[in-house]
Amino acid sequence: MAPSAPPGIGLLKGLGVTIKHLFQRPSTLMYPHERDVLAPRTRGVIALMDENCTVCMLCSRECPDWCIYIESHKETVPPAKEGGRARTRNVLDRFAIDFSLCMYCGICVEVCPFDALWWSPEFEYSEYEMGSLLHEMDKLREWADTVPPPPPLDEGAVLPAEVSDALAKVEKERELAAAKELEAKQAAEAPAETAGDAPKKGKAAEPEIHVKAGEIDQEAFDRLIAEGKSERMARSKAKAAYVKKEKARLLAEAEAAGGDAEAESPAPKAAEVKVDAGEIDQETFDRLIAEGKPERMARAKAKAAYVKKEKARLRAEAESDTGEGTGADEPAEVPSELGASPEAARQALDADGAATDDDAAPEVAAEAATTEAPAARKLGDIHVEGAGEIDQEVFDQLVAEGKSERIARAKAKAAWVKKQKQAKLDEEGGA
Amino acid sequence: MMLLVTSGVAPYLAQAESILDVGDTFIVPLLLKLAFVLGIFFVGPLVAGYLEHKAMGRMQHRRGPVEAGPFGTLQLVADGIKFIQKEDLIPSAADKWVFAMAPGVALVPAMLALLVIPFGPGVFALDLELGLFYVLAASSVSVLGVLMGGWSSANKFSLFGGLRAGGQLIAYELPLILAAIAVAVQAGTLSLVGIVEAQAEFMLFGTGINLWYVIPQLLGFGIFFVAALAELSRPPFDMPIGDSELVFGYMTEYSGIKYAMYMLTEYAGMVTMSALMVVLYLGGWQLLPGVPLPGCEAAGGLFDCGVTGTLLGVGVMLGKILLLVFVMVWLRVAYPRLREDQLQRIAWLVMVPLALLNLALVTIAKVVY
Repeated sequence: MAPSAPPGIGLLKGLGVTIKHLFQRPSTLMYPHERDVLAPRTRGVIALMDENCTVCMLCSRECPDWCIYIESHKETVPPAKEGGRARTRNVLDRFAIDFSLCMYCGICVEVCPFDALWWSPEFEYSEYEMGSLLHEMDKLREWADTVPPPPPLDEGAVLPAEVSDALAKVEKERELAAAKELEAKQAAEAPAETAGDAPKKGKAAEPEIHVKAGEIDQEAFDRLIAEGKSERMARSKAKAAYVKKEKARLLAEAEAAGGDAEAESPAPKAAEVKVDAGEIDQETFDRLIAEGKPERMARAKAKAAYVKKEKARLRAEAESDTGEGTGADEPAEVPSELGASPEAARQALDADGAATDDDAAPEVAAEAATTEAPAARKLGDIHVEGAGEIDQEVFDQLVAEGKSERIARAKAKAAWVKKQKQAKLDEEGGA
Repeated sequence: MMLLVTSGVAPYLAQAESILDVGDTFIVPLLLKLAFVLGIFFVGPLVAGYLEHKAMGRMQHRRGPVEAGPFGTLQLVADGIKFIQKEDLIPSAADKWVFAMAPGVALVPAMLALLVIPFGPGVFALDLELGLFYVLAASSVSVLGVLMGGWSSANKFSLFGGLRAGGQLIAYELPLILAAIAVAVQAGTLSLVGIVEAQAEFMLFGTGINLWYVIPQLLGFGIFFVAALAELSRPPFDMPIGDSELVFGYMTEYSGIKYAMYMLTEYAGMVTMSALMVVLYLGGWQLLPGVPLPGCEAAGGLFDCGVTGTLLGVGVMLGKILLLVFVMVWLRVAYPRLREDQLQRIAWLVMVPLALLNLALVTIAKVVY
């Protein structure tokens, strides 16, 4: 016995510790009934966004377990321009991951140069047979819907290059716009009796053009589905269509309110508007030929004329969108901890993307990225606490559609989180 | 008995009437008493086991059983059904008859001990004049079952476990009995009902304060409690099972219903020993020292209490038993297992001398006052 303490004190202390713990809350999580909010980088299952896959085979080769199976064939793509060279392209036929072999090292996700592989936190895909753990492309595709948005950056972190570039661009644009506005104001003040308060009215109306992302244009969606597009693709396009439509509608309203002030509103820099070169302005061409210019020169000039014209047209269209973009970055709108500027950049990017995809006919994936990713990131800045609640409506619908319960639950969970986030966002926007 | 009656030493001449003695027939009271003992024997361990599951879980930040039945109350019933369904394995080298009989030999004494323990005013199967002697004798037979199981399994771990159990039970039987003798000396009777009655009448020397035996015999109570833990092979005295050393001791080769019988023995033993401690030291079914149960103020608050008083008495008794069972669980969670040599050292060098000292003090006090 230690001379410092009377004998038996240690025994009583032990009893004290255990009785104290009797009255503390058990740390059990009642798992199937309640679910933990998993960390955003949880390694649950590997999801595939097959439209990003270029069949470069890096993942398959780096996989230490060799559990990724890829099959593809080559297709010849006709030349983009007349007289160009036909190119070959790999088309993915099969992409499968055998999760009975996978050791969840994540090397495939790390090496994928085109962001086709993602970690999803879903982990409930155990099977009665080992063979069922071989997830083919369709299954891997479904997991992609459960991939959470990337977590926000740490406070004081260096911004990613693309964000800081976009920020600089927006800043420049703003300065230009401000200068132009100043000019317009001075111009408007000179003939005060004609324009009067019209510009002010127009400016007041503009910030109200704000379109909530996340809803889809059902018409466009149905049409795309009927055309045989994948559901995901159709959704993202329909979303873009909705945003476009809404903006057009709101612009029309604003125009009705603002009258001729629309013409005075700041226009984006001409360089911002991208126009496919290669086409010519037939009218100019004919005129120049009639004037006796050589054909080559006529074509070149006609081409320049076309570009100029097209840019003018696009600028007129984009005006409304950028107006919306600058209008939306009011500080009250911004729930992010990152502060106002990155958020503004994102929204500007959003508007930019919406503006360019009018005629520029961008790649499908690019479109999905511009329309969906910024919206998701905006939502991603908001943290929603949840213990695995699901959106019952979505769940029922998916189950009715014949999806497996697991997929339905995962999707319904995602839908619930999205809804909560949207609600929070709206709330903050309202406040 | 004749001796006691004629000499007039014992104040409890007539044996108390059990309320289960209804009617004049032989068969009705017999069936009632059988139902009573078997009911206590099968339900008591379930409740004790549930309490252990839950209390141990909460002390370890778990919840314990939650799925089977409301709040997991039917977990042990589900376990029992599972055990019945399991294959009843007998090792080919085992001594088959002994192996098969051993769990029964361990189980039956635990049941027999319940025969004489009073659970309330008049709620007992039998009031034996030698009740205390009978309980201690019956519970000592259990070790035979353990030894038989350990020997017949043809497994060295089982043999180690069985022999450890034998050594442990002999070592702790002594202080247990010595402590119980001190109670019998103070009460002047071996009848368990009589001991409860004696506690209701015991006054602190020279005053009118009624006390239970736990106060004058605190040392004896401590010895009895520790010895009872060791008798039951409960942690921290579970060397015969010692799952980190001996696989599962004498139960290593048992499975299915036989294993369940051994487990039932352990938990029934917890209930029996707790009930015995309540009767010997904690005033039996009395609510508080000197407070008679409602309805029976006349007879010292111990008998003929009517329906309410009887039910209250049984409730008080069961509550005290569960409290002691809880303390046993508490000790299991708090303390690690002792070493075999420490166990024997404590028994022979601490417990036995202390028990003898306790007996001497009680005897002297009894003679002086």
